[in-house]
Amino acid sequence: MLEVSNLECVRGERRLFAGINFRLDGGEMLYLQGQNGSGKTSLLRMLCGLTPAAGGEIFWRGRPIGQLGEEFRAELCYLGHQNAIKEELTPLENIVSAARLAQETLDEDTAVDALERVGLRGREDLACRYLSQGQKRRAALSRLVHERRALWVLDEPYVALDKAAVDLVAGLIGAHLQRGGLAVLTTHQPVAVPAAALRELWLGNGDAADVRDSSARC
Amino acid sequence: MLVSIRAVIGRDLRLAMRRQSDIIAALFFFIIVVSLFPLGVGPEADQLRRLAPGVLWVAALLATMLSLPRLFADDHRDGTLEQLALAPQPLALIVFGKVIAHWLVAGLPLVLLAPVLGIQFDLANDALAILALSLLIGTPALSGIGAIGAALTLGVRGGGVLLSLLVLPLYIPVLIFGAGAVDATLSGLGAQAHLSLLGALTLGGVFFAPWPTAAALRIALE
Repeated sequence: MLEVSNLECVRGERRLFAGINFRLDGGEMLYLQGQNGSGKTSLLRMLCGLTPAAGGEIFWRGRPIGQLGEEFRAELCYLGHQNAIKEELTPLENIVSAARLAQETLDEDTAVDALERVGLRGREDLACRYLSQGQKRRAALSRLVHERRALWVLDEPYVALDKAAVDLVAGLIGAHLQRGGLAVLTTHQPVAVPAAALRELWLGNGDAADVRDSSARC
Repeated sequence: MLVSIRAVIGRDLRLAMRRQSDIIAALFFFIIVVSLFPLGVGPEADQLRRLAPGVLWVAALLATMLSLPRLFADDHRDGTLEQLALAPQPLALIVFGKVIAHWLVAGLPLVLLAPVLGIQFDLANDALAILALSLLIGTPALSGIGAIGAALTLGVRGGGVLLSLLVLPLYIPVLIFGAGAVDATLSGLGAQAHLSLLGALTLGGVFFAPWPTAAALRIALE
């Protein structure tokens, strides 16, 4: 479903990577690895269409994502470095308004349920500025509980989370893959995700990157 | 389509209500700047009446400018702007909603305050009415045009000053026809022509500005 051919990224004068090719089908997860500054976030932003690629193409269901535009974005769930959480709003208001902006219907009970799942019970009506870093991250990740869009692009989803929350998020990603969804994520923490097909992509030093299929659960 | 515009407006208004200090600061700025003129110029009614339209309109432009830098900056900083750009509706539509919300928060209060402040300048009732009407018609254009500047200077260091340099020249036509409408009423000519031109500027500004703004936002997000 998601196909990347010959992707190249140039930042300033430096070429971060080139010649990236991979294909990801339903139920598969791509695990993006590399040192700091190797272009992981840039690659994720290219997959979302936020950053234009210096070269190469990205296809979704056989068509370039640039052409698909809104059709592609309707199937994409992106979670970046930043939490996209408004400090002035409560976690509940945050996820309800985010869902409304994404043209999804999320009633209050479902939203409260999602917040309970990520362990923010009793904090629904507290402005996010009073939450800790990890709790804000949890509030951001609560979107994933009821997220049914096909492609999840997650940039360091486990940052600032404690062990229990990491396991919870890994479980959510696993359930998403079992429903036939796709996930691309970066992380420096080895976390077991119950995925049927796991692929790894190493971003190196400007050379063609190396895609490995790994059947082992990492 | 309407649903998503309403969602953006609702969210932005709620955020503005949680952060009222911003709105109040801009309003007090408007009140104080306008009130300083009668004190500085002296109590000659004729002179004050002549000054009134220009002073009120310039103060309205500057008060609108004050709130512009934060139009997209907060969303940019906390990552919400990325989510808005990835939403399955055109970004221009979301920008349109944000422009409307900005006007409701920054423009509409000026319209309501202006007739009260105009009394300090010994304006007659009909001139006060035209002043409020001209601001009502003209201030949406300020939000629309300002959004382009706010998007272009997003993430730029010292963006506030650059924003004024970019946007204030573009406000000139609005200022001329807005203040001109009140002037025309004071001198006994009708304000009809000025108000019509002002309306045209607002229609153009509000309905065409979202596209360049959306394009500038996408560049800022790269």
